[in-house]
Amino acid sequence: MSTFATNLPTEALKAEADKIFVRKRIVNFGLPILVLLYLAYVFFAFDVPSLYEKASWKNGKTLVSDSYSYKTHVTRDNRSGEVSVAIEGERKGEYPEGMSPEWVEMGETTVIDLEDGYIVTFGLDVIEFDVPNYGVIRATPDRRKGVQAELPAGDVPEWINLSKNRLAVTTEAGRLTVTRNRAEVFRYFTGWELFWFTLDSPYYGKGPGELMGLAFAGEAGAIWNDFWTNKMWRHQDVAWAIFETILMAFLGTLGAGIVALPLAFMAARNFNPLGPLRFGVRRVFDFVRGVDALIWTVVLSRAFGPGPLTGALAILVTDTGTFGKIFSEALENVDKKQIEGVQSTGANAPQRYRFGVIPQITPVLISQLLYFLESNTRSATIIGAITGGGIGLLLTQAIITQKDWEEVAYYIVLIILMVMFMDWFSGWLRRKLISGDVKTPRKRKGDPKAKPFVLP
Amino acid sequence: MTDLSAGSPSVADIRDDYSALVQRKRVYGGILLILFISLMAAGFRTADTRNAGSFVDGWRRILDYPTEVLSEAWEKVALLPGHLAHFMPALIETLNIAAASTLIGAVLGTFLSLLATRGMAPWPALIPVFRRISDICRAIPEIVIALVLIFVLGGGPVPAMIAIAIHTAGALGKLFSEVNENASLKPVEGLQSVGASWAQRMYLGVIPQVGPNYVSYALLRFEINIRASAILGFVGAGGIGYELRNSMSWGQGRYDEAAAIFILLFVTIVLVDQLSGVLRNRLTHGAAS
Repeated sequence: MSTFATNLPTEALKAEADKIFVRKRIVNFGLPILVLLYLAYVFFAFDVPSLYEKASWKNGKTLVSDSYSYKTHVTRDNRSGEVSVAIEGERKGEYPEGMSPEWVEMGETTVIDLEDGYIVTFGLDVIEFDVPNYGVIRATPDRRKGVQAELPAGDVPEWINLSKNRLAVTTEAGRLTVTRNRAEVFRYFTGWELFWFTLDSPYYGKGPGELMGLAFAGEAGAIWNDFWTNKMWRHQDVAWAIFETILMAFLGTLGAGIVALPLAFMAARNFNPLGPLRFGVRRVFDFVRGVDALIWTVVLSRAFGPGPLTGALAILVTDTGTFGKIFSEALENVDKKQIEGVQSTGANAPQRYRFGVIPQITPVLISQLLYFLESNTRSATIIGAITGGGIGLLLTQAIITQKDWEEVAYYIVLIILMVMFMDWFSGWLRRKLISGDVKTPRKRKGDPKAKPFVLP
Repeated sequence: MTDLSAGSPSVADIRDDYSALVQRKRVYGGILLILFISLMAAGFRTADTRNAGSFVDGWRRILDYPTEVLSEAWEKVALLPGHLAHFMPALIETLNIAAASTLIGAVLGTFLSLLATRGMAPWPALIPVFRRISDICRAIPEIVIALVLIFVLGGGPVPAMIAIAIHTAGALGKLFSEVNENASLKPVEGLQSVGASWAQRMYLGVIPQVGPNYVSYALLRFEINIRASAILGFVGAGGIGYELRNSMSWGQGRYDEAAAIFILLFVTIVLVDQLSGVLRNRLTHGAAS
């Protein structure tokens, strides 16, 4: 600014200023326009307009509603007349003989109270659905004639789906489907059912206070065992999966650090006078980094099969390249004076490295290792999803079934908590290990002496 | 030391104290080292037993697959240029996913960071809320959102783009707000004194200060996102990863295609790394012009 030639005539200065303004304007308006143009290109390249038709909103609705609610199936086998009640219609969630939720009255005729006046009755031959403000829907399933339905007079409303072999009624209180072979009622509830105990456990349905009492009465082990081996939510497997994921990140990151450190010495100009060797090691780093975790995962899973070891090795190999690069750069910036000082006391080569070099690069080393530990927890989830191991595998399995969305939601929450915990933990450890690394900027803003950012 | 009446300690005392200190330090260091090594060993053994194949067996087979792929590719080397051209559109799709998600993520991250920085936030009371939002966005691995979105939107590049953009917004939001903390508030105050609105204050007062750093971080993120979008392709989100999985699941006979994809991916990653390295150097250390 101060170097402007002041002996220029005013006209020339003005022209100069105008030029600068024009350039600024082009940059200021041109860049956003370029970005917009690119995004418009991507919009059409990705065929976003047709996405709206392609997308399955029904899937989206089931996904969202399923993730925070569950349904209980009451099923009547029309051949044998047997009625069973099961949560999510799964065998694992089936109510044992003689046990049923209080809104289902078992007996000769089963009465299912869906509340608000909606009542389904499974009779001996006839299935009745009493819908308030509409009337009673009667259906008679028959092996030969299909499903014969009697509706109240008038047009068939759109929430009733009727065909020769099937009757489906969808109301806000619940759903009823009748086919030749079975009649089924779905009732929806909010929450994650059976999260603590499955129905076959004696502790099902007990409140936390009651459980505490029982635990103090000496049943703590049994309670824990029933919770831990819950077949519906598989707490044990989930805990192992999370442990495996963290293990992958831990082994991969620290292993990479251990492998990369000696190699970094070979790649640093001031420690390795042999040019060709240095060049070779550096290209190895570039190669390993460039091949990318995806390809390493693919190659390694061929050799080791799915599991946490494969994931750990994939992280190890990829990060060796990254660490090698970072460490060798840190080594090249090492202060020579400290090494000379150590040497002047008569230290031999290992002592020079130990006391002259290592203390200088430890902060870089530790902070990088911890930073990668956190980001590799995320990578380990992703690698686990590809190669099969850890929480990533459980997540993909739950998504593939396309119905256990409450489990998917549970795993997602666990993954987020796991990554946030690792983030917090590595930050805490970094602050503990590197005493000089106290972040100042945020403190500076809180300085009481700093001028408040409010106009008087 | 505070007890002055005790007189000054003798040299022998100091030496004893010092050697005791060194001794203790060594013992702690040794314990830590042993703990660390045993943790690594135990972890490795646990991982080994829970793995499908063991390390000792797999160790020898590690090069089998690459040699298989490379030898088959070598036999059909004449087809390679054709394959490279054939997979170019898929590669471009992967790059587009990465670029678009970086752009969208950078824009979202800018807003998140401005809303979460003291002195710049229009609603200071909500700063912790926006911090938590960016923490959560950062914590979600891309694959989680991508898999869920693939179920709703069907396979293709859009789920991957959204997934990576969300993660990028969180990651860049954090980095950007660190940059913002170091920006001077004086231009903002100046603009406020002439009646500028919040958007004007940010666009004219803050962005010019932090722009180079923003771009530098966004470029770094772009490198990472290329890798991420290749991986997401592998789980069904289109692009080169999808082609890779197809040619791999085909098994022997299509390895030449797999090799072509490996080459494309490798060259792209190395090229972008180098380019963005040079660009970032220029941004942080100033242009040579």
